[in-house]
Amino acid sequence: MKMVLTAFIGNASFCSIFQSLAAFFKTNLPYILAGISVGGQYALIAIGYTMVYGILRLVNFAHGDVFMTAGLICFYLSLVTPLYVSLPLTAAFTVLLGFTIEKVAYKPLRDAPRTSAMISALGMSYLIQNLALYITGGLSKQYPQIPFISRSVTIAGATTKMVTIITPPLVIILVAALVALIKYTKIGMAMRSVADDFDTSRLMGIKIDKVISMTFIIGTFLASIGSMLYFTNYTAIVPTSGAMPGLKAFVAAVFGGIGSIPGAVIGAFIIGICENIIKGLGWTTFSDAFTFALLIMVLIFMPSGLFGEKKTDKV
Amino acid sequence: MDKKKQIIISIVLIIALFAGLWITERLVGTNSMLIVVLKKAVIYALLVASINLLQGFSGLFSLGEAGFMLLGAYTYAIFTIPEAVKGNVYQYYNGGLIHVNLPVWLALILGGLVAAFFAFLIGFVVLKLKSDYLAIATLGFAEILRAVFQWDALGGITNGSNILRSFPGFKSVLYPFVVVGLCMTAMMLLINSSYGRAYKAIRDDEIAAEAMGINLFKTKLQAFVISSFFAGIGGGLLAMYQLTVKASTFTSGLSDELLLIAVIGGIGSMTGSVIASFLYVAANEWWLRFLDQPAFIGTFQVPLLRSGFRKVVFSVIIMVIVLFYQQGLMGTREFSIVGIYEKLTGLKKKKKVKASGGGTEK
Repeated sequence: MKMVLTAFIGNASFCSIFQSLAAFFKTNLPYILAGISVGGQYALIAIGYTMVYGILRLVNFAHGDVFMTAGLICFYLSLVTPLYVSLPLTAAFTVLLGFTIEKVAYKPLRDAPRTSAMISALGMSYLIQNLALYITGGLSKQYPQIPFISRSVTIAGATTKMVTIITPPLVIILVAALVALIKYTKIGMAMRSVADDFDTSRLMGIKIDKVISMTFIIGTFLASIGSMLYFTNYTAIVPTSGAMPGLKAFVAAVFGGIGSIPGAVIGAFIIGICENIIKGLGWTTFSDAFTFALLIMVLIFMPSGLFGEKKTDKV
Repeated sequence: MDKKKQIIISIVLIIALFAGLWITERLVGTNSMLIVVLKKAVIYALLVASINLLQGFSGLFSLGEAGFMLLGAYTYAIFTIPEAVKGNVYQYYNGGLIHVNLPVWLALILGGLVAAFFAFLIGFVVLKLKSDYLAIATLGFAEILRAVFQWDALGGITNGSNILRSFPGFKSVLYPFVVVGLCMTAMMLLINSSYGRAYKAIRDDEIAAEAMGINLFKTKLQAFVISSFFAGIGGGLLAMYQLTVKASTFTSGLSDELLLIAVIGGIGSMTGSVIASFLYVAANEWWLRFLDQPAFIGTFQVPLLRSGFRKVVFSVIIMVIVLFYQQGLMGTREFSIVGIYEKLTGLKKKKKVKASGGGTEK
């Protein structure tokens, strides 16, 4: 009798937990969906951070601003060309921008102390933001509607844009392609080697400059794809639009273990979802602060992140 | 030149500076561009110097300056808004919770202490991190502080996301100069003390410094707390200058801007920071304003001149300095009257030495 009773109670409490969970998901579904979508977009930016950090040990502060610039480029191109031309052109110009930034701002400082390169990155970010402010005249620009992905759809009673559904599989495909590239091609092998030991790779005849350029090209290409998805949801572009997503993507990269691509992707999804659930709970003021609190927690308790390698400093 | 002579010369110069300022203010009026620029520049000088104390002298890369400025500015504002207007300022929060009024100087110091206290707490957590992680973590703390100060639940103290205003500002340009002068003197004394040398040792080589018996963590924490104290005072002064305080303006962009000014002046040079601050503020607020206005020569419109161009020019200058003149204006040298005097007289001495054919190289 007693056993039946406890079993029954156990069952009941399990049921109620399940029910309340289900209720939680139901009321928060729009936020969770938004979180998954924005998480995927952060992931595409985070890959750029994590790859550059893995190779150059540099926090590329300008990366978020490159992401914003991709949005602006697309806006200006869409004024003169149809979308099927302007989207690929956007990616091309963004890649060119990332490539140029590396050549102009980071390459001359390759042998300088690390803080110099970091200050250069801050300066570059400042320059891009101010250029954007100058060109746009301080007015926010409306991102063009990309027909297919900005269509509204309804999932289990929650209305959202098509981009929400498309983002996760697209991110997974891109990441799989990238991982394959790094694993099986010659340039990928060179990248891994440079990330592991910069100086030795140089001695082994790997063309460092080529590898670094390639890293920036891949990073900015993914950021430009990210910008197409992100600005379809948040259509107003201002010069500081890239700063917050950029920082959050960086936090995602640290969370996942800097240098690790799958880590960055998983970190980005977790951050995107948590941030939106916090918004759903009515704590919008703290949705940005949460990301940084998470960052500090990660840095203190597991500095190598979820998938990062442990490293010790040598004298 | 002996020490006594140096001190006398310094005092005379300082008195001359203040007399000059006082007379200039009488001549051109308190609200003239010159005085406004001088006020802002001297506050920036303190802020940039406090960044330099960390970045240039202790090798700690922090991007959290704005957060400590925010603490200083809010503390100052909260404790100096006159009781009579509190109901007006805190109109959504029943006149606020804090009904203590402090004199201006005490509120400024309290602002510094609050910033230092938070730096102490934060430092415990983040100072174990290495360069770029430290930068990102301090930046994160500044952003968290910014969010907390806009939180409704603290509205009785911080006025939520509304502005704080109606607190006393500067009556004369001399006030910020005196405060900043005192702070800068304290900083210079600190740098040249044994504490300052410990900071420099850590900056140059952490492991060697530790081997020489310097307690890394304690020394770093000390530098961090002291720098934040001055950042807090600078924040309070900035509030006095602006006459309003709003949490959302203390962004990471502000920290970046101040750090870049420190780079212009030379990381590791206090006087460089001061010179760069004055140049930056004067150029930004005054001399380069024309870049933002469309200009015509006859009927020909000068190209590029448009709102925002000034900032672009600035960023390009900063990038050029970062890439090609990493030393900045001053490098790690300090500008001093004594130095100039010795250089002038030293040249003569050197010639004499050469003429006599030898002597030890210094």
